[in-house]
Amino acid sequence: MSERMSERTDEQSAERTAEWTAERASDAAGGQAATAPSGQPADDAGPALLSVTDLSAWYGEARVLTDVSVTVAPGEVATLVGRNGAGKTTLLRSVMGLHKQVKGAVALDGRDLGRRSPDARARAGIGWVPDDRGIYASLSVEENLLLPPVVHDSAWSMEKVYDHFPVLAERRDFPGTKLSGGEQQMLAMARVLRMGSRLLLLDEPSEGLAPVIVQRIGEIIREIKAQGVGVLLVEQNVTFARSVADRHYLLAQGQVVEHLSNDAFAARESELLTHLGM
Amino acid sequence: MSEFIQYTLQGLAAGGFYALSALGLAVIFGVLGVVNFSHGACYMLGAVIAAVLLAELSLGFWVALVVVPVVMFGFGVLMERLLVQWLLALDPLYNFLLTFGLTLILVEAVKLRYGVSGLPYEIPAGLGGQVTVGSVNLSVYAIFACVFSVVVCIAVGLLMTRTRIGMIVRAATEDAGRTRALGINVGRWVTPVFGFGIALAGLAGVLAAPTRAITAEMGSNFIIILFAVVVIGGLGSILGAVVAGFLVGLVEAYGVAYAPAYAQIVIFVLMAAVILVRPSGLFGREEVA
Ligand SMILES: Nc1ncnc2c1ncn2[C@@H]1O[C@H](COP(=O)(O)OP(=O)(O)OP(=O)(O)O)[C@@H](O)[C@H]1O
Ligand SMILES: [Mg+2]
Repeated sequence: MSERMSERTDEQSAERTAEWTAERASDAAGGQAATAPSGQPADDAGPALLSVTDLSAWYGEARVLTDVSVTVAPGEVATLVGRNGAGKTTLLRSVMGLHKQVKGAVALDGRDLGRRSPDARARAGIGWVPDDRGIYASLSVEENLLLPPVVHDSAWSMEKVYDHFPVLAERRDFPGTKLSGGEQQMLAMARVLRMGSRLLLLDEPSEGLAPVIVQRIGEIIREIKAQGVGVLLVEQNVTFARSVADRHYLLAQGQVVEHLSNDAFAARESELLTHLGM
Repeated sequence: MSEFIQYTLQGLAAGGFYALSALGLAVIFGVLGVVNFSHGACYMLGAVIAAVLLAELSLGFWVALVVVPVVMFGFGVLMERLLVQWLLALDPLYNFLLTFGLTLILVEAVKLRYGVSGLPYEIPAGLGGQVTVGSVNLSVYAIFACVFSVVVCIAVGLLMTRTRIGMIVRAATEDAGRTRALGINVGRWVTPVFGFGIALAGLAGVLAAPTRAITAEMGSNFIIILFAVVVIGGLGSILGAVVAGFLVGLVEAYGVAYAPAYAQIVIFVLMAAVILVRPSGLFGREEVA
């Protein structure tokens, strides 16, 4: 029974891969290479900022990611879109080294991270903004910002942080969790920027936030992108994803089933929405 | 009235021993996720080492107050490096059982070497006797023990709130994994924090030595009350450990004075009441519960 199911999944994924390849071919033919790496970054010559290769992940016996390959170039925003339970958070946690039951390779600047610890990965330049924001209640807003070490000279100064997020300056002495959801999201993003992370892993930053705040987060993402920071963005808000991203990976049952440029994604938005059940 | 004030002072002095020890228990639990059952035994060792220093090396209370925490810090470091660290990746129950076993070994070892009758220890010169405030006679040593514990708690509080190390400990206490993911090598702090927590238990032992019977078993009852303190204060809360420590000391003293038959029960009634009203303890965060 389980054998047959796995067979079926393989078949399906083969089909999807074929579809995806066709998509990319038509993209190339259409000559939609507006921003340099957009259509086909996997074939890029230079090392990507992040490259995840054939990553599989398990919780005990249950396999939740199967041979996932994803890349992010500097100054690029790639999204992971997929329905609840698709494995998006698990992928980010695996990149961060927090989820350890994995196979496959994660490389930063072309260097394999192997079994390196989460703190070593963070110091190498990966900044994780978890789905619940991960703000400390027992640390003030300012302490939340100052906790991580500065790991790169592109790190934002505290002045720059407060300049961009005046609300954080106003509340600097408040306990971190006394902020509103949107403010906590800003704080979580500001924290990894203050650290100087060159790759941000953002887990559903727009979730549960008012449209104006989502818009503000979009502005910030575009700004850090312009600074050459790479972003791997997990999103279920497709409209928001489309407004900030260069490329999209669609994840279903732990597999990448589509890999689309932003234009292709926009063109097929309604179809994809139904396909993903979102 | 004057009796009430005396009981209050006694309660606060005993509360100081609880507060210091619970503080140690709380930082260890916070950073390592280990419930250190041997904390009572470490408190006992603190008192026993003070007594041995006096009997065999003629080193008095003031020396013990400095030497014992240092020795116990070393003991904690060894314990963490040799034993505790190997079980950190497993279910927390394993380290609970390890420290439980260690407690049995320590207690029996002390019995074997020093017997079951109490070791002698006296209130240090200068801290004996009573002072009269208004019409109330107060034990000088109880005042000293009380003030000393409060000062140490405040010092630890400042360390926690005003230094980078304290900030890291607070963050790791909330979520060690997340803190790692922010580039902090939490593992580097694990051993010193464990040693520090054990040193606080040892310090409480030295403070208790002049007023308690120093026996191998003195930690057995202490650890039970300490768990009540931690539950009342809120598991993982540093402030909660201190406040609940003094609170439990007071409740116990009033219980002994006014309802001797129920003295022990009162603490657990208090614990049950707190859990009913606030399941995560007085200062615990809701998520913890
Ligand atoms: N700690 C865990 N133990 C066992 N299974 C887990 C655990 N965490 C997640 N899973 C399972 O792994 C799969 C992927 O979960 P994951 O959280 O990565 O999905 P997600 O795409 O982030 O979902 P969401 O959109 O709800 O955040 C799900 O089927 C989930 O039930
Ligand atoms: Mg998720």
